[in-house]
Amino acid sequence: MTYKWNSAMPFVMAALAGASATSLHAADLEFYFPVGVNAPAVATIEELTSAWAAQNPQHTVEAVYAGNYEETTTKALTAAQAGDPPQVAVLLAIDLFTLVEEDVILPISDIANSAEDQAWMDGFYPAFMSDAKFEGKTYSIPFQRSTPVLYYNKDAFRAAGLDPESPPETWDEMIEMGKELVVTDDNGNVTQWGTRIPTLGLGGAWLFGGLVVSKGDVLSTETGTEARFDTPAARESLEFLQQLSDEGVMQPGGISWGDTPKAFLEGQTATMWTSTGNLSFINENAEFDWGVGFLPGGDGPGAPLGGGNFYIFSDTTEEERDAALDFIKFMTAPENAATWSIATGYVAPRPDAWETPEMEEYAAELPQALVALDQLPHAYREFATFQRAKVTQSLVDAIESVVTGGSTAAEALAEAQEEADAVLGDYN
Amino acid sequence: MNKRLPLGLGFVLLVLPCSLLVAFTHYPAVKAIINSLWNNASSRRPSRFVGLENYEAMIADDKLMQVLTNSGLYALGTIPAAIFLSVSMALLVNSRFPGTGLMRLSFFLPTMLPLVAVANIWLFFYAPGIGLASQMMNAVGLPTINFLGSTETSLASMMVVAVWKEAGLFMIFYLAALQGVPENLKDAARLEGAGPVRVFFDVIFPLLRPTTIFVAVNALINAFRLIDHIIVMTKGGPDNSSALLLFYIYEVTFRQRDFAYGATLTVLMVALLGALAAFQFWVLDRKTHYQ
Repeated sequence: MTYKWNSAMPFVMAALAGASATSLHAADLEFYFPVGVNAPAVATIEELTSAWAAQNPQHTVEAVYAGNYEETTTKALTAAQAGDPPQVAVLLAIDLFTLVEEDVILPISDIANSAEDQAWMDGFYPAFMSDAKFEGKTYSIPFQRSTPVLYYNKDAFRAAGLDPESPPETWDEMIEMGKELVVTDDNGNVTQWGTRIPTLGLGGAWLFGGLVVSKGDVLSTETGTEARFDTPAARESLEFLQQLSDEGVMQPGGISWGDTPKAFLEGQTATMWTSTGNLSFINENAEFDWGVGFLPGGDGPGAPLGGGNFYIFSDTTEEERDAALDFIKFMTAPENAATWSIATGYVAPRPDAWETPEMEEYAAELPQALVALDQLPHAYREFATFQRAKVTQSLVDAIESVVTGGSTAAEALAEAQEEADAVLGDYN
Repeated sequence: MNKRLPLGLGFVLLVLPCSLLVAFTHYPAVKAIINSLWNNASSRRPSRFVGLENYEAMIADDKLMQVLTNSGLYALGTIPAAIFLSVSMALLVNSRFPGTGLMRLSFFLPTMLPLVAVANIWLFFYAPGIGLASQMMNAVGLPTINFLGSTETSLASMMVVAVWKEAGLFMIFYLAALQGVPENLKDAARLEGAGPVRVFFDVIFPLLRPTTIFVAVNALINAFRLIDHIIVMTKGGPDNSSALLLFYIYEVTFRQRDFAYGATLTVLMVALLGALAAFQFWVLDRKTHYQ
């Protein structure tokens, strides 16, 4: 056995050397991507990746659909820990701290270091770049970004005697107009609620960030080590959600993210808060006149940002990194970003994408798409810290316990703060 | 007959099953115990031995207490309900009514569907306002209930799904057992003047006892093992009111990536299931009459 093993070794070595030699001239990229919207996203991604491969015949790229955001992150991390990460992946912008902590990604600003590259990175909306940075370096490139907006049923507004061109802009207006919009049947059961703000799970926590921003505070900062739950702004935001159901404007109890677009289409609610990612879904299925507005705010407009960015993994060769960077530049180039935005409803991350003829035509056809863009200056990064999943869960628990009547806003947020501080204490 | 297997060959034959057992059962169990004694290390937090700190955290974990209570309620709720429903369905399809073939099929159908698909069906069913449950209640003038969005109803809603899913399978076992009950015993009871209810409780049900034990054990295992519907429908919410132990382990380990605490919870779960298995083997088995 020993003899055979030894005699086989040179062949094995030769085979290994051969394999690595061939991969030197060109890069074989593996690209993980998630799908989080009701849209034909996989086909569009594959179309774009094959277009890049056709332009770069020396490289190959394999686009791997890896499930939703969470599953894609788990797969990429597992693959990285097994020593075989994808070279490039689209993952949540807020996964930055997790990926940094696991030490699996490279700052893209380390690879893209020429003046030309710098100009390219400066070409993205600053709001979208803000959550791509950590400790002064840019780790990721915005790709499929979204932000929630207020969708409202103009027919319901007309029926209630409200102006269909002026949706509510403040919390007080939401309550006043919401009361007008509620419709009940003969038994006193509500058949149309005034509004629907999802409060359950991660979707609920995402929207909650917007409420807090509109009150002039933030839930987390760029350090990744600070969670700001027990603040006056957060308490007032949570009390506002409770007030909506106390005043009979919103269905009491927790409201799920997934049912919300359906409830809006079925006329169960006159307004809803949900992602711009649902624009094309609503556009195709709404049988009534509908409009989009800024998220009504406490002390002014405010919204959270969401969505996914491109990351490059650290366990890669020089050639693979360069190819991955070129691939990202291709995918975010104006015409491709426009194709992607039109197919899905994501907000194209660069102003020049909005200036393409396709995009101008799209915006003329569906002016609702422009609202998210106008809201961008009022939007702030989504909640993100180290140990994000764990800390966010504390926030989710706090919101859910208040909307289901389990505790008061002050108690719930104080408890969430305590839990978050216990986790983040290790990082300060 | 006298040919004995050489000892060496015996070991060779044992290698495959033993290595599977070691690789997939014993090694992970031991590894979980070891992991539970370390902290959750990463590039920013060095790995260190923490002894029983994770266990102390576990005892102080309020959420775990809620999850254990939920799991207990879930088991207590689903097991009797599944047994009751499956016996009733088995009696129904075992009778001589017309169309029993169709009934058997329709009762068994939920078992054949994957739980994830079932969960998606029920998600539509429960959706407040637009779902079938709401529309049925509204039709008779009842207010809409937010089944999955309120802490009072979310766990019960999950239990209904579980019972609906598993009762069909248990019905098949009861049906087989019912067909094995000797006619002469029932005839003898009837001769003595026993009514159908008495015949069922004093003759048939005691003879079904081995099946009941089997079904109860399976329902118990399912109560701890199946969480697909929780992941699809409620994610344990709202406010952890529908979180079960395995779901919590999954959340902590894979979503929060706290492998150390996940290992600690796994040790707890293995200990709990071990205790239940011991109870089943030593207590229930002895009291059961097998033919």
